[in-house]
Amino acid sequence: MLAVVGYFEPWWIQILKAILIFAVGLQLVPVVLLAERKLLGRFQSRYGPNRVGPYGALQPLADILKLLTKEQSRPTTSVGLLFAIAPLISILTAVAAFAIIPFGDTQDIFGTKVGLYGIDVSIGPLYVFALGGIAFYGIMLGGWSSGSKYSFLGAMRGAAQLISYEVSQGLALVGVVITAQTLSLTGIVTAQKGMWYFIPQFFGFLVFLVAGFAETNRAPFDVTEADAELVGGYNTEYGGGGFASYYFAEYLNVLVVSGIVTTIFLGGWLMPFGIHPPGWVDPIVVLFKMSLITFLFIWIRATLPRLRYDQLMSFGWKVLLPLATVNTLVTAIVVVAVH
Amino acid sequence: MSDTPPKAEQATPDTTALKVEGWNPGDDVIEVVRSPDPGPGRATWRTFRETARGLLTTFGRFTETPVTVEYPEEKTPVYPRFRGRHKLHRFEDSGLEKCVGCSLCAAACPADCIRVVAAENTPENRVSAGERYAAVYEINLSRCIFCGYCEVACPFDAITMGHDYELSDYDRSDLIFTKEMLLAEPLERTPLRNEGE
Repeated sequence: MLAVVGYFEPWWIQILKAILIFAVGLQLVPVVLLAERKLLGRFQSRYGPNRVGPYGALQPLADILKLLTKEQSRPTTSVGLLFAIAPLISILTAVAAFAIIPFGDTQDIFGTKVGLYGIDVSIGPLYVFALGGIAFYGIMLGGWSSGSKYSFLGAMRGAAQLISYEVSQGLALVGVVITAQTLSLTGIVTAQKGMWYFIPQFFGFLVFLVAGFAETNRAPFDVTEADAELVGGYNTEYGGGGFASYYFAEYLNVLVVSGIVTTIFLGGWLMPFGIHPPGWVDPIVVLFKMSLITFLFIWIRATLPRLRYDQLMSFGWKVLLPLATVNTLVTAIVVVAVH
Repeated sequence: MSDTPPKAEQATPDTTALKVEGWNPGDDVIEVVRSPDPGPGRATWRTFRETARGLLTTFGRFTETPVTVEYPEEKTPVYPRFRGRHKLHRFEDSGLEKCVGCSLCAAACPADCIRVVAAENTPENRVSAGERYAAVYEINLSRCIFCGYCEVACPFDAITMGHDYELSDYDRSDLIFTKEMLLAEPLERTPLRNEGE
């Protein structure tokens, strides 16, 4: 499963990287949380949170503290064990998916070569889809074990939505994989030296982005949560820590999708116009590109209303899937014709 | 709108699609007027254009400064005729109270929130300019509806509506304003709206 790595990575570096990635992910989530609330405010001509700390900077801390100090409760109809572990599945898959986002090329640190990513799997995108598939259990089990009809409906919608959009998302990536001739994410990044893939694979980029919105259950595809009709969807019955876990996983998923889009379509740590900065700039470049995509996520949320459920389904199957298929076919034909 | 029935006769809506076994809608069929089908190409173009237009609209708001009034620090100025907390007045030259305890305000009050107990002025203890004065003058602001009838009823302009609107308190009994409180100047002045603002 591991890619053929041309260097030796000692075990303690692996552990350090695992801890570092989890810590970085944990630090990025409150930033995204605050950024979302501030930006949503600005998109609606208001300030957003600005009371807790300077410019509201401590607002996420206050939110999290509030949620964690709340009383733990669950409905009498719920299934205890599953109700408890469902949010953990969501968090686990989100953090695990974060591990494969490459933040830079291999660097020389303390005399050893270290890749700035958790793990460089030879099946890159498949790993993401596998974890996305498991993440669905977090939502599904959470909704079902709550023993509430709203949660259950939200979970069912989540299941249908995930199946519909993961197909197009996968197909959108096939075009990239054909062009790059590799499934390794670092390989895909280095294959973009000449031109970032969002230009030749523009339709693939669009389909992947739209499907990414659906995969993370973000507006305008947040029918799983649809507050207006489902109260809160799969997390209706959750409060306190469980709800915080789902919240954390949702925003981490936004970051993961931003990271994947950055890696696959926006050239990862590469700079435009062939600029080659020193190695330590790479993570900053990746984080900057990720923040652009995250901004797009928030911008879209501030703009587009939630889709009706049947519109969501027909859009996924009748528009995105044919588009992704045609994109794959055309890419394959072009690649064969050129070689 | 009025010519809908004849139009329905002329156009004779296609009711065959509505034929369901055992259900006859009769004449009660509403013709739905839809815009012409744009076709796939135009529909796609329209979708993209409208999405982009929406995104540009929100981005326009993003570049503007927010319109929020940050309330506790920054207060909305009121108009001169704003009806806020009541004030009782004194004559500026003699310092005597204008209120003569006639209870007309209490009679006019639809919420029945004013209580006046009058007493005679004596040469030793002269409180108001008239024959009598208000020994007790209380307004229960938790009942007051700020209609301003008391102000209208007062023959001596002794009571007027001020501009204060920050009247919340922790206890209902604290909302019963006595004569001393109503005579005193408000602790914080409410900003007044300027001409043309």
